[in-house]
Amino acid sequence: MTNSINEITTDAQLMLLIGTNTTEAHPVIGYKMRQAKRNGAKLIVVDPRRIDLAEEADYWLRIKSGTDIPFLNGLMHIILKEGLHDKNFVETRCENFEALESTVKNYTPDYVSKLTGISEEDLYAVARLYATTDRAMIFYTLGITEHICGTQNVMSIANLAMLTGHLGRPGTGVNPIRGQNNVQGACDMGALPNVFSGYQPVINEEARKKFEKAWGVSLPDKVGLMIPQMFDAANSGEVKAMYILGENPVLTDPNSNHIRKGLDKLEFLVVQELFLTETAEYADVILPAASFAETNGTFTSTERRVQRVRKAIEPVPGQTNWQTIMAMSAKMGYPMEYNSPEEIWNEMASLSPAMAGINYERLEAKGMQWPCPSLDHPGTPCLHGTSFSRGKGLFQGIDHIPPQEMPDEEYPFLLNTGRILQHYNVTTPYSTGIQSMWSEEYSEFNPADAAKLGVETGDKIKVTSRRGSITARIKVTDRVPPGMLWMSFHYAESPTNAITSEGLDPITKTGEYKVCAVRIEKA
Amino acid sequence: MEMVKLTINGKEVEVPAGTTILNAAEQAGFSIPRLCYMEGLSSVGACRLCVVEVKGARALVASCAAAVAPGMEVQTHSPSVMEARRMILDLLIANHPLDCLTCEKSGECSLAEYCYEYGVKESTFKGEKHNYPIETSNPFIVRDMNKCILCGKCVRACSEITGQDTIDFAYRGFNSKVIPFYDEELVESNCVFCGQCVSVCPTGALTEKQMAGKGRRWELTKVKTTCPFCGTGCNFDLCVKDGKLIGVASNPSAPVNGRALCIKGRFGWDFVNNEKRLTTPLIKKEGKFEEASWDEALTLIANSLKEIKNKYGPNSFAALSSARCTNEENYLVQKFTRAVMGTNNVDHCART
Ligand code: SF4
Ligand code: SF4
Ligand code: SF4
Ligand code: SF4
Ligand code: FES
Repeated sequence: MTNSINEITTDAQLMLLIGTNTTEAHPVIGYKMRQAKRNGAKLIVVDPRRIDLAEEADYWLRIKSGTDIPFLNGLMHIILKEGLHDKNFVETRCENFEALESTVKNYTPDYVSKLTGISEEDLYAVARLYATTDRAMIFYTLGITEHICGTQNVMSIANLAMLTGHLGRPGTGVNPIRGQNNVQGACDMGALPNVFSGYQPVINEEARKKFEKAWGVSLPDKVGLMIPQMFDAANSGEVKAMYILGENPVLTDPNSNHIRKGLDKLEFLVVQELFLTETAEYADVILPAASFAETNGTFTSTERRVQRVRKAIEPVPGQTNWQTIMAMSAKMGYPMEYNSPEEIWNEMASLSPAMAGINYERLEAKGMQWPCPSLDHPGTPCLHGTSFSRGKGLFQGIDHIPPQEMPDEEYPFLLNTGRILQHYNVTTPYSTGIQSMWSEEYSEFNPADAAKLGVETGDKIKVTSRRGSITARIKVTDRVPPGMLWMSFHYAESPTNAITSEGLDPITKTGEYKVCAVRIEKA
Repeated sequence: MEMVKLTINGKEVEVPAGTTILNAAEQAGFSIPRLCYMEGLSSVGACRLCVVEVKGARALVASCAAAVAPGMEVQTHSPSVMEARRMILDLLIANHPLDCLTCEKSGECSLAEYCYEYGVKESTFKGEKHNYPIETSNPFIVRDMNKCILCGKCVRACSEITGQDTIDFAYRGFNSKVIPFYDEELVESNCVFCGQCVSVCPTGALTEKQMAGKGRRWELTKVKTTCPFCGTGCNFDLCVKDGKLIGVASNPSAPVNGRALCIKGRFGWDFVNNEKRLTTPLIKKEGKFEEASWDEALTLIANSLKEIKNKYGPNSFAALSSARCTNEENYLVQKFTRAVMGTNNVDHCART
């Protein structure tokens, strides 16, 4: 997020939500949005599903799946036509405006309305409202990124925010809400194939030299593999061994059959986990993991806030995960010498300028938001105050990219996937209370479609895509539009990701979980 | 900011205009009892336990709802104030099941605490008692409306924090009661089981089912931590007794969420105690997992990884780190991958 969560209730006058079912995926942020709305802020929800916040919204735009770029271009078309953009911001803070102008010129309200299914009237109203409100925050999550054009979707959102000057001040900004508790931190720490901690590129010689010196080894200078490439390489025999810590890609990654095959082909697999997951079944060695309650350390939230995790009970497996990794490293002939997570943090901070000013003592009260380059720096609640990290904000002309796979005669329904309130990827199914109330997949299906198929809430259906089929129970509801089936991905009995698309964003390699074509039969 | 001068218990105090008497007294070091007031919720002046004497006023004033005025002279513990508070407590326990011996809230119950402070042992009114059935039909919240003192904090928390409006007051007089729509049980309502109502309830009317019978409140050690479920970064306290995790409690000092949590953060923690947890390393032998010692498992891992690295080169190894694990663990995984295995093949789960 460029901005902070609490600005929702203290600063924002308008919230524009695109592809985020916040009250279910990030409930406490959802509560704040509801509070802000009830205190007079405007709320615009753009989502094919009638999610809870749609009920309270000033505008709910039921967008057709996979048409976010034309929608955003359409808003910018109107804003430019009516001269509602922030000319000063565009001139002083941004560049390449002409490219944007010439692209969005083609996205007339009439054309955009046809593509997106949103009325011209609503397009005008929302464009005017967003552009003329002083402090407006945009939020998005997987509904934007889980498409083959995820990167372009995100750039389009940035275009819109820059065009209207909705950046760099409290109550504004482009705010992706990160899903898992520490996905921000995993990126910040360099658990990525192209960067060390603090986003220092592995191909940058200076950065590499610094880490080589600190770690006393020579380091590889080629960018590594991203997850989907790892499993491709496992399938083709280039990757022979893997270590998987606390993830269950068989259940959570798209196209799980491909993942299973890849895992099967490995010569050696180590999985470190809390439970015997579907992925762990493939392991040669399983190491028991310690949970968050059993270790000291830090998580970094979606607003870049580093906060303490504190040990409350002894580790169930007898040792914490950082101790296990150290022991593994020592056996390999490279002893790491840390007496505590604090010492690990301090090494990382000393090598990562963006977090250099953060230490455990400073985190004690309220955590801290990076960038925080020095010990006297207060941290950064709001990014891009006076300039962007690259200097000027770069406008990009971006055209519509339709999803890789759309419904056709053979597979007439669109399958959309997501998260439900009660569950969270892989741990909540092991919560006795939560599991006792929500133990089975209920996919959402529109009443008109259900009538045609002759099915009712509670019936089982068979869902088939080009990659496989699964069965699930349905809930008949007009939360979803006709032609759409919506499923979560929390249940091993209905492994949704066995049938989702193979489409990937070519840049981030994020799977296109949000759109694929399926056929539906009574089961 | 406009400042207002007043005296509280003879002490001169200066606070910003608009401050309530209760908060002004607090800043001056005088604690006023309260049952229906809580920072972060609107003030309704319902219980009147917070009354104080204001010189010149015709009646006692509810200090949680009244703002300070210049020159005000306030007494927070004068004889008439004490008498009024005793009377209020006396009335509150008239129809209360005095079940403190086995009550889950014992030790953290404001009603019991104030009765102790004001020496109210038993009610002088021998009133009729309620006989509501105790609701235990959901896995998270036990509702015992017999112990409800109608302070309304749960109603406001549900509406003002969560925005769910699941519960409200119904019926009149002695029959007044806080209910979900149609007086049904929570499982039948639109309740999202965020537990905000439980976290604000001053009595044993709303308690956490998971904690029932697991320990007395004063035996618990609380450890502040960060939620392991989503990227919002809520903080809360883990409640521990005898080395065992038994529950989660709101920690109002949490910078992002304050008291607010969702079902996952408040009630999802019990995965930690699940009996299916892996407790020892396992090595697959002829297709079956067999228990192994740490040393055995780590030696096998080191030998296999070394062999594969030597035979096929560093890029034949890849590591998947975890968006659920700590920063420090992630840092070590990428360091291990880069410095020990010699490859940049490290990533974490794409499903962000
Ligand atoms: S709610 Fe308080 S006063 Fe009532 S029984 Fe429980 S501890 Fe005692
Ligand atoms: S659990 Fe949450 S939603 Fe349910 S009644 Fe309590 S405050 Fe309202
Ligand atoms: S249930 Fe608790 S919080 Fe709600 S009105 Fe009764 S005593 Fe107050
Ligand atoms: S309590 Fe709920 S909203 Fe808060 S971090 Fe945990 S899962 Fe997210
Ligand atoms: S606390 Fe003031 S009236 Fe209840």
